Amino acid sequence: MLDYITSYLNANVTPGQAGNMFWAFVYIMVVFLGISLAVVAMNWLERKALAHMQVRLGPMRVGPHGLLQPIADAIKLLLKEDIIPERADKAVFWLAPFMVVMAAFTTYIVVPFGPTHAITDMNIGILFMLGVSSLGVLGIVMAGWASNSNYPLIGALRSSAQMISYEVAMGMAVVSAVLMTSLNDKGIGTLSMIGIVQAQQEQGIWFVFKYFPLGLIAFVIFAIAMVAETNRAPFDLPEAESELTAGFHTEYSGFRWSLFMLGEYAAMIAVSSVAVTLWLGGWLRPFPNTLTGPGWDFLFSLFPGATFLLLAGFTFLGVMRMPKHPYFKIQTIGLGAFGGALGLIGLILFVPLVRDRVQDIYWFVAKVAVFMYLYIWYRATFPRYRFDQLMKVGWKVLLPTSIAALIATAIVGVVLK
Amino acid sequence: MTTDATKYLSHLELGEREQTFLDSNELIINMGPQHPATHGVLRVILKLDGEKVLGTECVIGYLHRGVEKIAENRTYTMFNPYVDRMDYVAAVSNGLGYCEAVEKLLNIEAPPRANFVRVILTELNRIASHQLWLGTHALDIGAMTPLFYTFRDREEILKIFEKYCGARLTTHAFRIGGCLYETYDGFERDVKKFVDFVRPKIDEYEELLTTNRIWVERTKGVGFISPKDCIALGVTGPVLRASGVKWDIRKAQPYANYKEFDFEIPTGQNGDTYDRYLVRLAEMRQSLRIISQAVQRIPEGPIMAKVPKVIKPPVGEIYHSIEAPKGELGYFIVSDGSTQPYRVRVRPPSFVNLQALDLMVRGQLVADVIAVIGTLDIVLGEVDR
Repeated sequence: MLDYITSYLNANVTPGQAGNMFWAFVYIMVVFLGISLAVVAMNWLERKALAHMQVRLGPMRVGPHGLLQPIADAIKLLLKEDIIPERADKAVFWLAPFMVVMAAFTTYIVVPFGPTHAITDMNIGILFMLGVSSLGVLGIVMAGWASNSNYPLIGALRSSAQMISYEVAMGMAVVSAVLMTSLNDKGIGTLSMIGIVQAQQEQGIWFVFKYFPLGLIAFVIFAIAMVAETNRAPFDLPEAESELTAGFHTEYSGFRWSLFMLGEYAAMIAVSSVAVTLWLGGWLRPFPNTLTGPGWDFLFSLFPGATFLLLAGFTFLGVMRMPKHPYFKIQTIGLGAFGGALGLIGLILFVPLVRDRVQDIYWFVAKVAVFMYLYIWYRATFPRYRFDQLMKVGWKVLLPTSIAALIATAIVGVVLK
Repeated sequence: MTTDATKYLSHLELGEREQTFLDSNELIINMGPQHPATHGVLRVILKLDGEKVLGTECVIGYLHRGVEKIAENRTYTMFNPYVDRMDYVAAVSNGLGYCEAVEKLLNIEAPPRANFVRVILTELNRIASHQLWLGTHALDIGAMTPLFYTFRDREEILKIFEKYCGARLTTHAFRIGGCLYETYDGFERDVKKFVDFVRPKIDEYEELLTTNRIWVERTKGVGFISPKDCIALGVTGPVLRASGVKWDIRKAQPYANYKEFDFEIPTGQNGDTYDRYLVRLAEMRQSLRIISQAVQRIPEGPIMAKVPKVIKPPVGEIYHSIEAPKGELGYFIVSDGSTQPYRVRVRPPSFVNLQALDLMVRGQLVADVIAVIGTLDIVLGEVDR
């Protein structure tokens, strides 16, 4: 048994490929917990960042700077009465939120956090990812249908129409990235998520910059379509608050509602990781081919620890700016402890053994975090599209552009070879 | 199953719903009275074909407090605070209209200083009202951020009100015959400071929205209403002006001392939501212009005219209207010579403007209904009274 566990440690493939069930299970747990934690953190960050963009403070009461607010919210939602409308189709109503969460979390099986840091690597990875992530719409349609109410029904209809429309443009953008992987000596491309990143490493360029501006166009189309896919502002029509009260989850409350939120945020992170994998070099650090050598390697390996130390520094700045009144004593201590924990993590990340292991994960997460920030930024900036305009953008702008970019990529790829 | 409440709506021609294959018939939705975007307790019954609006019916009265009836049982002075509660967003304008109507009935005039203070406060209130409109309208269309910007700046106006009369929203600032309170020390300075403060802020709102692609797409050509229809329906205020009709009671039938100020009436051409947005923003700038003129020329003198202790207007009737932020606000008062009005009828701009809703949204989409309700700038307190 112990051999079975330790035998994987020296392997340089993912646990799924190595066929090691134990480590695959460990990875699944780690990814599941990590994503759940990321959703909680994202919840807090979104409220804070959005608040600061809107000249307000955001959560400030529960814990220092509202740090415990997501936990308080989670407890509140769990303790709420579980309401299923009388006229609802109970079985479907019950199943819908689980469909959304399952679809969002299953995609993480193939997300490559590093060359070996993935649950498994499939040779059809990106296909699997797109297929499973679009299952989420089924949950939304089920929710809207089962609620037996007008607003959720309209929300669900909007949602399905929107997802189908944007899936096409999204797929075309993905194909042009996959096409780029085949532009090597052998002329063989790959659909494997890890393979796509390795192709970028071999070709020495992130696909977003390849055949400028063709890669960029495909990337931008994907970046727009993925916002629409996840029903976020400015494409948040299915849950358009001012029009449809809460859209497809109008009748949901408490725990079931929180599952929808969990699914939504998990899906946001999932599609962002697809974008990072396909165009932004996945786990690769910036300039892996030009700034080579042990010196540069060492410098870039300091980034994870430095980031956490920076965060700790900001936290301590916050501690210093806390009011000195005794009322805030516990909060100040709590914030200090939080900063201390961040600093400690930062210091641990400087240890050479850890440093080399977490580097890939760090760069991947950092790139995804940029997308998460963009999501918040969009939400603070843009009004909401109207349904017909949304369709117009999807079919008349994004789809033709993505097909044109795909054809142009193919032609340029053949010509330049 | 249709709900019973929708059965009496004759003009939607509901009748029995057709049973078709897959039951894909028209959808009837109650938007409101509890709905985030109906600005209070407006209930709009929508008849939808998918997303397309086939017809609407407004159901009002959820906020009815019988203000006009209350007036018959109160003296003229006692009724004064009630008018603040109609359009609570622009309480000062309501008070001005009522006080001036009674003054006309009594045949007295407010002293010049009072008129200047009235104009300053009313125009400040117009800005506050437009700011609140802009924030909520943008929120309805999906832009969250302008709401917080406008509320931040509106706060400065409310602070001036609070310093002047102690109240922020339902100010009861004016009395029949002038103003009750003398301005506080530094009133002029505060107002001047505010004018300088808010001018760049209006540019900031414009920066967020005016050239924003999605905003333009959501508002251009949405909720069109022609000048002819406007006049036929009696629509007034920025909605009328955005359709190209240059009608502003401040210029057409000047009241208070608006004659003394130099300002323009901004108008639009297209009569759509975008033009109404531009007109209101331009109006805020014009209001600033009026305020800065008024605050410089504010004369010394009494703030209250000589008014009898017991207000007992002679037998007669009067209609007096002012340009409230939302349109023509008129008071029709019948006096029977006693201390209480025989009848008070208010012509609320919101109520009249709301009648244009059906005309503006027929054939458009659900999202446009929200945009149009926002752009009409209704306050349900005033619609229902």
